[in-house]
Amino acid sequence: MIFRPPAAAVFAALLVAAPVAHGEVRITDAWVRATVAQQKATGAFMKITSTVDARLVEVRATVAGEAEIHEMSMDGDRMKMRAIPALALPAGKNVELKPGGHHIMLLNLSARIEENSTTPLTLVVETATGERETINIDAPARALGKQGH
Amino acid sequence: MNAGKRAHLRALSVLGPLLLALFLLGGCDGGGSRFHGTDISGANYGRDFALLDPDGKTRQLADFRGKVVMLFFGFIQCPDVCPTTLGRAAETRRLLGADGERLQIIFVTLDPTRDSPEILRAYTAAFDADILGLHTTPEKTAETAKAFRIYYRKVPTGSSYTIDHSAISYLYDPEGRLRLAVGHQTPPEAVAADVAALLRASSTTDEEQPR
Repeated sequence: MIFRPPAAAVFAALLVAAPVAHGEVRITDAWVRATVAQQKATGAFMKITSTVDARLVEVRATVAGEAEIHEMSMDGDRMKMRAIPALALPAGKNVELKPGGHHIMLLNLSARIEENSTTPLTLVVETATGERETINIDAPARALGKQGH
Repeated sequence: MNAGKRAHLRALSVLGPLLLALFLLGGCDGGGSRFHGTDISGANYGRDFALLDPDGKTRQLADFRGKVVMLFFGFIQCPDVCPTTLGRAAETRRLLGADGERLQIIFVTLDPTRDSPEILRAYTAAFDADILGLHTTPEKTAETAKAFRIYYRKVPTGSSYTIDHSAISYLYDPEGRLRLAVGHQTPPEAVAADVAALLRASSTTDEEQPR
């Protein structure tokens, strides 16, 4: 019993300090909803897991003039979408950005996002200790008619 | 068998048939319970509209007699609920098979300044070629939404805006009467069952009419 807490602490410290790129944050199943010509906004979705307590604080996309972290909520039968300053990423939790929940709102699109293309996204994650990590991903576009759930 | 168990069984033997009878009554009497959506038959709102299709032609509810009409409001620069609702509508039509021909899906934009006829046409076609996207002026959009009890409000975000709005789909029977309000999370299978029930009820009525 007496040796367990120190051993666990050393193990955790090793994990946190591991010099692997994006060792703390893993992003999977990222996708962007394709658009039609002249459409100026769309959503991006993904799964994010951080090994330490962190927050998603910023998203950038070259194709979008602005990118915001949004929360969708229902008030009775009314749908609301609001920008939030940051999205909590509790240690070890698989946080899913999906239709009906959180999403990345891409605004002022400079080009059409076509099916089967990929959209480069930059995500900035800040750990509870204040360290910032920048992660670049390529999110494939899913056709409008084919929903991801 | 102990006394407690016997008491339970006695209660079951009395309650069981009673519950079954209630369930059957609910399923057969034409009340709201046979639908997945909320039965709003007789509603004094959502009677008719006069809106423009992407070709600029005025369309109204009466144009679709003989079909079930699924009507909902939204905006195209919407990343979430609107495409999900359009996707469900298209899936509902697919699930209906041949009867899908007798379902008209109508999407009304709450954002006519951004959703041009060209965008409307391309967007609805991305889900199903037969979905009709309708629009009008901002003023008439407000009047129409009010007449259909659809709440909407522009909310600024960044240098742009989003729109809070009611996420309800209305179903009209083939006689053009507003019958059901379907929530945005009702699965396509349930919506298809409701559409099929409205189509069936209508054809039964037709057959019963004297020739």
